[in-house]
Amino acid sequence: MLEVKNLHVQVDDKEILKGMNITVAPGEVHSIMGPNGSGKSTLAQVLAGKEAYEVTEGEVTFQGKDLLDLEPEERACEGIFLAFQYPVEIPGVANTYLLREALNAKREYRDEKPLKHVEFGKLAREKMKALGIDEDLLKRSVNTGFSGGEKKRNEIFQMQILEPTLAVLDETDSGLDIDALKIVANGVNSMRDSGRSFIVITHYQRLLNYIVPDFVHVMVDGKIVRSGGKELAHELEEKGYAGF
Amino acid sequence: MAIVFDGTRESYVERLSEFLDSEQKNAPEWITTLRREAISGFAELGFPTLSDEEWRFTNLEALRRGSFSIAENGISGVSKKSVDSYGFPGLDCPRLVFVNGRFAPSLSDTVDAGKGILVKSLSEAISEQGDLVKDHLARYADYEKDAFISLNTSYFEDGVFVYVPDGTVFEQPVHVLHVSTDEGRPLFINPRNLIIVGQSSVAKVIEHYVSASQSVYFSNVVTEVVCGENANLEHYRLEFESQKAFNFSTLRVNQQKNSNIASHSVLCGGAIVRNNVHPVLAGEGCNSDIYGLFISEGRQHMDNFMRVEHASPHCDSRQFYNGVLDGRSKGVFHGRILVHEGAEKTDAKQTNRNLLLSDTAQIDTKPQLEIYNDDVKCTHGATIGQMDEEALFYLRSRGISVRQAKIIMLQAFTGETLEHMSIDSVREALESVVMKWFEQRLENGKGR
Ligand SMILES: Nc1ncnc2c1ncn2[C@@H]1O[C@H](COP(=O)(O)OP(=O)(O)O)[C@@H](O)[C@H]1O
Ligand SMILES: [Mg+2]
Repeated sequence: MLEVKNLHVQVDDKEILKGMNITVAPGEVHSIMGPNGSGKSTLAQVLAGKEAYEVTEGEVTFQGKDLLDLEPEERACEGIFLAFQYPVEIPGVANTYLLREALNAKREYRDEKPLKHVEFGKLAREKMKALGIDEDLLKRSVNTGFSGGEKKRNEIFQMQILEPTLAVLDETDSGLDIDALKIVANGVNSMRDSGRSFIVITHYQRLLNYIVPDFVHVMVDGKIVRSGGKELAHELEEKGYAGF
Repeated sequence: MAIVFDGTRESYVERLSEFLDSEQKNAPEWITTLRREAISGFAELGFPTLSDEEWRFTNLEALRRGSFSIAENGISGVSKKSVDSYGFPGLDCPRLVFVNGRFAPSLSDTVDAGKGILVKSLSEAISEQGDLVKDHLARYADYEKDAFISLNTSYFEDGVFVYVPDGTVFEQPVHVLHVSTDEGRPLFINPRNLIIVGQSSVAKVIEHYVSASQSVYFSNVVTEVVCGENANLEHYRLEFESQKAFNFSTLRVNQQKNSNIASHSVLCGGAIVRNNVHPVLAGEGCNSDIYGLFISEGRQHMDNFMRVEHASPHCDSRQFYNGVLDGRSKGVFHGRILVHEGAEKTDAKQTNRNLLLSDTAQIDTKPQLEIYNDDVKCTHGATIGQMDEEALFYLRSRGISVRQAKIIMLQAFTGETLEHMSIDSVREALESVVMKWFEQRLENGKGR
């Protein structure tokens, strides 16, 4: 599904990703762990198409297509979703408006009819209920004045509505209390199936008790330095990143 | 013979007798006296220059060099159909039409709202309600201090007169449409409006300025508003004039005790535009909400001049002005708040936000607080920036096209001021005008 080969990325002439490799097959859940500043968010943003990051070497293919050739919105329509580490506040744009526009853009891309207001409302309410999100969050401006937990839950809510093929979750667990963490994990687990993959970026092993990954990768200084199964997360928890 | 002004101070002063003899020969004595008094104001003042503190950012050289004349051709250039095209879909309300500053009865509705409400042309009101008009006309807009007000007071021909007696709710808005036409030479047009809202009464007035052609002219509007005790007025000034016109306008509001106004200005047309909003919160417990949106492109120049005058205790005022500037256009926001000595417990707030769509657009924003007592709360804030790249990327990462993402961002920005309009059909029409304007910018490859 996703193949990242020898990816080098610069920002402001500073190399951040230094030969990143990862291959994700359909249905798999990969976790990327690593110390602060190792380049995890950079990878996530590059996958989503952020222009400030300059790819100097390497390639990324997604479902057979050259991902780096696509605009951010095309990537989203092709099935990529990024849950931002720091979701952006957009005053004046209602959450529900963004979501309906996003969903309908994706449907249009697939030559499907736009969803009517009523149908969208029904869908949104269903998903919100499951995530324990208050309905008035729909009417509020995107992420504006949301608590940290609300922002993260809102990202998962968007993911559920948009039903991506590959979801990249960038530290969606940080700053969550245990109840919120479980809700987020349930939100992810309920979407796991043989055709959908996840890259779960986290700093802590805690989340992986709830979202059990198929593979764990350790990222240090812009590359993967070790990969293994879920037990690698436990090892990291005990020994820390110092050994890498 | 046309009455022509060559741009000099003398020409505007000297042509008045000609104007009085031809256009105004049947006017009542007191109006003629008023006009004469007013022109002596202009004789003293002349047009302001850049060294005038209140005109620092707006150069009137082109106006001073321009030759303009009084319109002669009546209303023939404007059809019912074209007037209808300026309506607001879904808005059912009476409309009065003025062409080049003159009343066009054949294009206007006769308003019979009952309850003693009067909606008619000012010239009719001068002959039919002389005493009432005399009590208010030129009592607030000071022709001794402001050159444009003195010119208007000297040369106005017509405009709307709205009178809502005490204790009366006038539900329907009034749509006042001012159309300018091309008569082959640049015109000098002076619409004059007078709105009187009685004690505990309610009114809504939409002043709407459009051009039938993209010609050069000098339009100079003065609107005086009297808001009686506990009265409530919502006022709109929608300026969609020719991109080649010089547009000056003043809204002068006198607010009595516990009265409430909402003023909405939307400026889109004009080459050099100056919009003065000047409420005086004269009685205790007044509230003024002043909203503005200006959008400019090319070499347009838009100067928004606020003068919010707190003259009594316990009054609140709010200014929310947003500007969107593209091309080489220039904007000015000059927000003056004047708090008089006795106006304790004043609460005045001012916000001006500007979105620059090009590297060459420019905005000068200047708050100016003049406070003569200690017991006040005054805040102001201004921002200038380009479209938020992070927000655009966030929207795009959800599948929304870059074009649509920009449109959403612009909608949000302009909505901050438009959303306060209580007349939905007007707000929606303006939203779509603003969107069309922006789509045009995007098509030109700008508007990033
Ligand atoms: N936009 C940027 N401009 C400059 N430096 C950046 C930018 N984004 C990230 N970096 C730098 O790149 C490195 C990796 O950052 P990041 O990808 O956020 O790491 P992580 O998510 O693993 O904590 C850090 O040293 C950070 O300071
Ligand atoms: Mg990070």
